[in-house]
Amino acid sequence: MKHIHLLGLKDYPGEDIQTIIDTAYKFKEILNRPIKKVPSLKGKTIVNLFFENSTRTRISFELAQKRLSADTVNFSASTSSLKKGESFKDTVQNIESMKIDAAVMRHPTPGSPLQLTNYIDAVVINAGDGTHEHPTQAILDMMSLHEKFGYLKGLKIAIIGDIMHSRVALSNIYGLKTMGAEVTLCGPSTLIPKYAEDLGVKISYNVDEVIEWADALNVLRIQRERMQGGLLPSVREYRDLFGITNERMLKHKKEIVVMHPGPVNRGVEIDSSVVDSDQAIILDQVLNGVASRMSILYLLLGGKPAEESD
Amino acid sequence: MNISKLKKNQILINGTVLDPFNETEKKADVHIENGKIKQIGKISAPKNSEVVECDNLMITHGFFDAHVHFREPGGEDKEDLNSGSLAALAGGFTGVCAMPNTDPPIDTPELTRYIINRSEECPINIFPIGAVTKSQKGKEITEMGAMINEGAIAFSDDGVPIGDAKVMQNALDYSSMFDIPIINHAEDECLKCDGVMHMGKVSTNLGLPSSPGITESSMVHRDLEIAVHAGARLHVPHVSSFRSVEHIKALKKKSEKISAEVTAHHLFFTDEDLVSYNTNLKVAPPIRSKKDKKALIEAVKSGTIDCIATDHAPHTIEEKEGTFDIAPFGMIGLESCFGAVNKILVHDNKMDLISLIKRLTVNPRKVMKMDQDLFKLGSNAEIAIFDPDLEWSFSSENIFSKSHNSPFINQRLKGRVKATIVKGHIARLD
Repeated sequence: MKHIHLLGLKDYPGEDIQTIIDTAYKFKEILNRPIKKVPSLKGKTIVNLFFENSTRTRISFELAQKRLSADTVNFSASTSSLKKGESFKDTVQNIESMKIDAAVMRHPTPGSPLQLTNYIDAVVINAGDGTHEHPTQAILDMMSLHEKFGYLKGLKIAIIGDIMHSRVALSNIYGLKTMGAEVTLCGPSTLIPKYAEDLGVKISYNVDEVIEWADALNVLRIQRERMQGGLLPSVREYRDLFGITNERMLKHKKEIVVMHPGPVNRGVEIDSSVVDSDQAIILDQVLNGVASRMSILYLLLGGKPAEESD
Repeated sequence: MNISKLKKNQILINGTVLDPFNETEKKADVHIENGKIKQIGKISAPKNSEVVECDNLMITHGFFDAHVHFREPGGEDKEDLNSGSLAALAGGFTGVCAMPNTDPPIDTPELTRYIINRSEECPINIFPIGAVTKSQKGKEITEMGAMINEGAIAFSDDGVPIGDAKVMQNALDYSSMFDIPIINHAEDECLKCDGVMHMGKVSTNLGLPSSPGITESSMVHRDLEIAVHAGARLHVPHVSSFRSVEHIKALKKKSEKISAEVTAHHLFFTDEDLVSYNTNLKVAPPIRSKKDKKALIEAVKSGTIDCIATDHAPHTIEEKEGTFDIAPFGMIGLESCFGAVNKILVHDNKMDLISLIKRLTVNPRKVMKMDQDLFKLGSNAEIAIFDPDLEWSFSSENIFSKSHNSPFINQRLKGRVKATIVKGHIARLD
């Protein structure tokens, strides 16, 4: 692996992404066995630093760590208490001094995982930093696409919804571009960064055209706060213009893969019937999340890539 | 830095005297007697005089910074008037204008008097800028007349933009009676929202909330229109966007009472330098794109932007070590200013040295309506002595401020201040 840490997928080598995915397949096999635990990280200590609420990412990481036999410690805090008292640096240095091998961090501020590498010696894995990146999510998304199609190069992927506030979108864009996929962003213009085209993606405001074009849709969650912020007029209008509705999917009569990083707002960005349809691979993504994170932890904490360990 | 009292007769010999007021440059000696300029030319030193060798050095007016934050009263953990003065001396500055966003803000004649009194105890000249509105709340204008009588030389709510256009109009209308400048920190707070950096390709990559150049330029344009309408003096601080430059250029044709400044850091850095999430580069207005930087360089060369300021804004290490969203806006800049702007403007962009020096001396003094002919015989000696070509690496050891929040640390600079003379003392560096 070229990088010590996994902070983001910008400039992350394609061969390392492929290695992570290939190794993740091996771990997925283990997850399907009756006894799902391997001793790969026995004796390693990993701290999960969650400065922001998370359910699925935290559980996915914890499960990955337990399946690999690592010792884990969990830390969670609201940033408001940090603002008042102990600084970010003091907090993490305290934890570092307890001799840990890796830190998995979720934090609301973009760039904080990079800052963390300045303060501690352990391997840092970004579990989502505000509106910046969420690299492990993008890797599990790419693994799921790879599993479905057998390749990533040349795939046409549409990311639909609130691009501006999405760390999932940015990491997916970097990762997919590196792996040779084509990416189109689709959503209201108030929720797409003004300079998004500089990322090497296409932008569309017509979701029907995008569905016709794409091999897979990655549908993002629309938060209700965006209406209060004046970025969207209403759920009804969003659903009309960009919703992945049952009617829309029926109209297109097209074989297409539907993904969602969760949590799903059924009836807002996507209809229940689509979530529960055969086209959706949303639950596969969750299982692949555990396998991908096992792979990432294993490779960054000294394990050998899959082909060599055979 | 070594500060000592000037001898009765102090001679600066073998240097090049660069007079930015009369726009002359010649090999000459400078004789300072009892702290005043006695003679400039070929000097045969009187007995008991002390000589300062200035071989290969330039001797010019002490620099003047129209925009610093010295944090006193209320923020003495970051800086006070004395420590700020030391930072100024290290940068060749003999006069500075202190912004009023202290705790409490300088919004009464009594507080103005406090700064004037404290300034008398400090080794440089510190001029208080008074608040435009009471408590800098942006609603009611302050007792400008009484504050001017106590020594306020301009008014600003710097740090807090005056959002209400009617308040801005009242302030400009009222200040026009006294013909002294209003300085408005122009960032439309609605457009800025939670932005912590310039909106562009880099902010997209970094995922940081951002604000575009129009956040500044729309308010600059508003201020210029009101100032022209009021016939009032307006000084536009820390111009950061190319659109603001266009507006200033256009409206300067309508009024001679408009001036503008740019900071060393907006001339030196671009938003691409933020990829390391260095919180020392978090400033307001933000460091903008290459295109903006280019326009600022052109504007300072052409004179659309009159002067260079530092916006010296000390913050403690603890504050700047927070995450990017929590870390406060601002960087220090007095010590690194000359080496930075001399590198960018003179060495990299072929501006002539005397034009640069004017923007650090004569022009800001003119904005603040102060005496600009510092080499007039009999004047109090306010002098900066510098090496125009020395290349050096700026480091923590060059900082005299209480705070060390400088992104110039480890940057290569060109040109270095060697000594500063003011208030009967000489400060020598290294």
